[in-house]
Amino acid sequence: MRVFVPGDSAAVSIGANDVAAAITRIDPSLTIVRNGSRGALWLEVLVEVETANGRIAYGPVMPADVQSLFDADFLNGGAHPLARGKTDEIPWLASQERITFARVGIIDPLSLEEYGQHGGLVGLRNALKSTSEIIINEVTESGLRGRGGAGFPAGIKWKTVAQTTSDQKYICCNADEGDSGTFADRMLIEGDPFTLIEGMTIAGIAVGATEGIVYLRSEYPYAISILQKAIELARVFGWLGTSVLGSTQAFDIQIRIGAGSYVCGEETAMLESIEGKRGVVRAKPPLPAIEGLFGQPTVINNVLTLSTVPMVLAQGADAYKARGVGRSLGTQVFQLGGNIARGGIVEKAFGITLNELLETYGGGTLSGNPFRAVQIGGPLGAYFSTEQLETSMDYESLIAAGGMLGHGGLVVFDDTVDLAVQAKFAMEFCAIESCGKCTPCRIGSTRGAETIDLIIQGVKVEENKKLLLDLCEVMTDGSLCAMGGLTPMPVKSAMVNFPSDFLGAAR
Amino acid sequence: MKYSPWSQDAARVLLATLRDEKGPVLMALQLMQKEFGYVNPECVPLIANYFNKSRADVHGVLTFYHDLRTTPPGEHQISLCVAEACQAVGARDLEKKVKAKFPDETADSYCFGNCALGPAVMVDGKLIGRATLAKIEEARR
Repeated sequence: MRVFVPGDSAAVSIGANDVAAAITRIDPSLTIVRNGSRGALWLEVLVEVETANGRIAYGPVMPADVQSLFDADFLNGGAHPLARGKTDEIPWLASQERITFARVGIIDPLSLEEYGQHGGLVGLRNALKSTSEIIINEVTESGLRGRGGAGFPAGIKWKTVAQTTSDQKYICCNADEGDSGTFADRMLIEGDPFTLIEGMTIAGIAVGATEGIVYLRSEYPYAISILQKAIELARVFGWLGTSVLGSTQAFDIQIRIGAGSYVCGEETAMLESIEGKRGVVRAKPPLPAIEGLFGQPTVINNVLTLSTVPMVLAQGADAYKARGVGRSLGTQVFQLGGNIARGGIVEKAFGITLNELLETYGGGTLSGNPFRAVQIGGPLGAYFSTEQLETSMDYESLIAAGGMLGHGGLVVFDDTVDLAVQAKFAMEFCAIESCGKCTPCRIGSTRGAETIDLIIQGVKVEENKKLLLDLCEVMTDGSLCAMGGLTPMPVKSAMVNFPSDFLGAAR
Repeated sequence: MKYSPWSQDAARVLLATLRDEKGPVLMALQLMQKEFGYVNPECVPLIANYFNKSRADVHGVLTFYHDLRTTPPGEHQISLCVAEACQAVGARDLEKKVKAKFPDETADSYCFGNCALGPAVMVDGKLIGRATLAKIEEARR
C-alpha cells in the first residue's frame, strides 16, 4: 500500500522526514512515496493515502499526529480532524489550471514509468517526428513567453539561435531563482524534474544544440540532488546521450551550481558564472542568442518556460493559448508567500485579479492583522497597496499599474510593515548584490540607502525625497541590467503608494 | 559537518577531476570548499597554475561569490534568510535573537525558496521552516 509524504524541501522544513519515519515505524510494510508538494504549502505536511476511491489527504500533519492517524484508520480514509477528503477535490487545488505543474505532487519525481503514465515524453516524441521549423512555429504560435521575468517570446529567441551556424550551440536553463517570494522553479525541479529535462531536450532539437546546462543555485541542495538523479536515470533510459530515444539527435545535460550571488540570475552574469568567472554582467549586444556561452549561440530560458514546452508540443499551440488574456497567453505559476494564511503555488490563466489570489487563495494574512502591502515580482518588483487589488495579473496590466510580473512571486505584508524601511532594504540589497560593473547600480544603491535613511530620520525630508527620485531616474536609465535598472521600482512604488511612510519625523 | 584537513596533495587530486571541464575555476573553488570546508589561500596559485589562469583571475572569482570563504568554518553554520518574504513574518526580530545568541556562527542569506513557510533558516545544511530560536537551538544539537 502506498502512502505519499512529500520530499519537497518546504515540506521537509516543517517535518516531512519525521512524519515519514513515524509512519514507517508504526507500519514498516507501507510503501512511502516521497512525492513533490501539491503546492498547498499551508497544508504541509500533506500526507496522502492511495485508496480504491483515489488519494485521500490529511494535513497539516506533524510527527505527533501520526499515531492518531493510524488510530483513525487513515489507511482506509478514516475520519480525523486533519482529514481533507479526496486530494483532487480540495477546492484550493481543484480550481487551479495546472499545466506546467500538472504532475508536481502527483507522481514519484524519479519514476520514469509514472512520468510516462501521466503524459510525459509525448511532446518530445512529437518533436522527434517533426522539424526544427515546425517545433519553433508551434512554440511561437502558443504565445509562450519567458517566465524568468522579462516575458520575451520563447519561440522568437529559439528562432534566432536556430538561424545561426555554429559547431556548438547551448541550451542554458536559468534555475538561479534568487527572487525572494519565488519558489516555483525549486518545486518543479523537486517534484517533476523530467519535465525540465524534456523541455530542454526539445529546445536542443529545435535549435540544433547538443549540450544543455542547468545553472542551479546552491541554496537548493535537494533540487540539485533530485535533478542529478533524474539526469542519470534519463541517460540510462536512452533519453539523454548520443541518441535521444533511438533517434539521430544527441543531447545531454550538465548541472552547474551557483555560489550565492543574486545577480547571477541575470542572464549574461549567469553565462559568466557558468564559464567559471566573476558574475559580472555583459553589455548587449551581442545577444546571447548570437554570442552566448563560451561565445557560442545560446538559448537561455527559465525553468518554467522550458518545463511548459513539453505540454505545448504534446497538446498543440492552440490548447495552450486558449487560456490567458491579450498578449499574456496560457497560465502563470503564481507563488504566494510572506505573511499569508494559505501560501503556495497557484497556477491559473493570466487575468486573475490580485484580490482573487490574495483572498480566495491566500485567505488573508497569516498574522490575522489587516493586509497592507504586497510586493509582486521579487525584490525588484513594485509594492502594491489595498487600492490596487482589482489589478489583472498579466504582463501588460502590471506594467500599466507601475509594476511587473517578474517570476510571479507575491510577498504579502500586514499592517506592521514600514514601506520606508522596505524601500531602504531594496537599495541595500542592490548594494550587496550589485556586480559592480556600472556606476548607477554600484554607487547609486549605497547613496539611495543613505538618502532613505535621512528621510526616515526626518532630515530635510522634502529635499531628500526629490534627490531620491532623481537618483532613481539615473539608476533606471543608466544601469546596464535589471539589477540597478529595476531597484528603483520597489522604492518609487513605496513612495507613491504609501506616502504616509515617507513623512520623516512627522510620521 | 566533517571536512578533510587541508592538504595541497589532496587538492591536486581533486583538481584533476575537473581537467576536462570548460570554465573550471568556480567549480574548482567550490570543490575545495566542499572538501576542506573553506578555500585555503594556497588554493589561489594552485588553481591558477593548474588551469593556466592568472592568480588575479582566481582571486577575483574567490572574492566575488558570497558562498566562498577563506577561513575554516565553525562547528555549526546558521544561515538566516533576511529577504522580503521572511521579513514579512518576523525575520528581522529572529535575526536579532539568533545573532545575539550565536554571533560567530550566523550569516545572512537571501532566500531558500521557502517563502510560504518563513522565516526560513538553514542550520548545518538543513532547512527549517517557520523558524524560531528554539527550533534553531534544537537543530544545532
